[in-house]
Amino acid sequence: MTKIKSGSTVTPKPGFGLNSVMIFGALFFTIPIISAFIFSVQVGDGSYSVFAYMRMLQDPGLASSLWLSTRLALMTVAIVLLLMVPTVTWLHIRAQRAKRVVEFITLLPLIIPPVVTALGILNSMPGFLLNTPYLLGFVYGVLTMPYTYRSLDTGLNAIDVRTLVDAARGLGASWRQVLSGIIAPNIKSAIFGAVFLAVALVLGEFVVASLLLWDTLPSWMAIVGQADAEGAVAVSVLSLLFVWILLMVLSLLDRRRKVRVNVGGMA
Amino acid sequence: MNTSSKRGSLVELSNLVRRFGDVTALDGLNLTLQPGELVALLGPSGCGKTTALRLLAGLDLADEGQVIVDGQDLTNVPANKRDMGMVFQAYSLFPNLTAVENVAFGLKVRGVDETKRNKKAQELLELVGLSKQANRYSHQMSGGQQQRVALARALAIEPKVLLLDEPLSALDAKVRTQLRDEIRRVQLEVGTTTLFVTHDQEEAMAMADRVGVMSNGKLEQIDAPDKIYANPSTAFVATFVGAMNRIPAILNSGKVSVLGQSITHGGGSNASSLVALVRPESIEVKISNTNDAKSGVVLARSFLGPQTRLTIKTHESNTHIHVDLPSSEALDLISGTNVSLKITAATVLTDADGKN
Repeated sequence: MTKIKSGSTVTPKPGFGLNSVMIFGALFFTIPIISAFIFSVQVGDGSYSVFAYMRMLQDPGLASSLWLSTRLALMTVAIVLLLMVPTVTWLHIRAQRAKRVVEFITLLPLIIPPVVTALGILNSMPGFLLNTPYLLGFVYGVLTMPYTYRSLDTGLNAIDVRTLVDAARGLGASWRQVLSGIIAPNIKSAIFGAVFLAVALVLGEFVVASLLLWDTLPSWMAIVGQADAEGAVAVSVLSLLFVWILLMVLSLLDRRRKVRVNVGGMA
Repeated sequence: MNTSSKRGSLVELSNLVRRFGDVTALDGLNLTLQPGELVALLGPSGCGKTTALRLLAGLDLADEGQVIVDGQDLTNVPANKRDMGMVFQAYSLFPNLTAVENVAFGLKVRGVDETKRNKKAQELLELVGLSKQANRYSHQMSGGQQQRVALARALAIEPKVLLLDEPLSALDAKVRTQLRDEIRRVQLEVGTTTLFVTHDQEEAMAMADRVGVMSNGKLEQIDAPDKIYANPSTAFVATFVGAMNRIPAILNSGKVSVLGQSITHGGGSNASSLVALVRPESIEVKISNTNDAKSGVVLARSFLGPQTRLTIKTHESNTHIHVDLPSSEALDLISGTNVSLKITAATVLTDADGKN
């Protein structure tokens, strides 16, 4: 029998089964990435070189496509922050009954094929947007809805939104002050999650960008890949690293907030 | 402190009606709160008391009627322009802010500079006895401490009216009693007109200058706590406030015949089948050998500290009656003792039979 010291905290050790699952999961995700990396640095004679990376970094197409994708990511983030956060908050405090309908609507981008979405956009958007890449920003705003809505909804479910809003309104706060000073700081993790998902989707979306003939990072990578396989894989590895770094930065920002909130303890 | 220099406002709720679909939550409420007065709205769940409070706060809008404060019509003024401080039933401190930041929040949105608002927030935290917890977040405080901070936060904006929406109901009994006294002390010190909503009659009676008893969206009676208890104007008020016996009775020429006595009818039902409403302390008990309409047998006794509650079954109607006696007088009244009963109240209310 295991003896437990009084007052000590016991953390159960993961068993063989759990360890196996974790190792399998880690291998499942890392082997393709490691293989891609090896492929991108391997030269014909069996030696290794970062030449493919250098070649890609010097290609002017990378900078322009990355800049376009970054602008689209920022636009999508703006849509999430300015449209989704207030809308989901409003659903929580004033229109609980409409939540099911909105939940269904947010799932539509997963159901409707991208080709149909692209054609629908071309036929419905105002003319002045059709020849600008910002058209894609609105599309991405819609395509990210299934993920951003759920992230924000979960965050709002974790706090008593209605009471907090009533309290802030009663103290004289305008709706803008309620959203920026009370709601947003208390669902920061959910907002970070939604923003990260939106950025990840924009940096990885290929079909709609390709159909609408815009050279975003994934479209450019696909074009490059037709002539330079190692180069395309090198860019894939770089974009993966970029997304990971972004995720780590967002996580660190979120953790810093939590540490700040938890400073001090109960007397 | 500056807050004490500002006395309360005159509040008039005039014919307020609020409907939710087919349900009328508030059915023509008329209520006036005098400056500095603490009025408690008491009633069962769904009686409309919280709706009334939310209409006064501006968190909900009335379908009919007016909300007037100091002669100004606020009926359609949004909540953030009404200058009302509110303490909620649920813990409502902003989790991202410390206690002092919470208290200063209302001043911050009013554009008060940081030094002034922090000074005032510290003063108010001192008023509620939490100056040492100023830098704690809500999750680092107990429920009672959180509600105290919420009270300080509500008072920081020097509200025209303080609104308390069952602020004690989530707390344990001991903290509830302490905080109840503290809220009353602070309210008297600051002098803010206060509307307090509760379903706990002990809280309402202990804290309020006047108690309004509500039922089905209407105000049944509003009066001083002792008058509500001693002279309830309706059967609902009589049975809702305090313990009440329902004893079969007959109404005859303005007199109520109950337990073999004839007592003046104080109002209520005139139905053919009715019950008299008699408080447990309004019945005298003596050991007796009689076996008539005025007598019964002790079934059980419950020791309640200074008082003992007897459960007596009457011989004639087999009704179970509760009688409260000073514990020192109940020593010999053990189970099985035959007793005679005498109602000491000068008048009794009646209610139609068949109700609980």
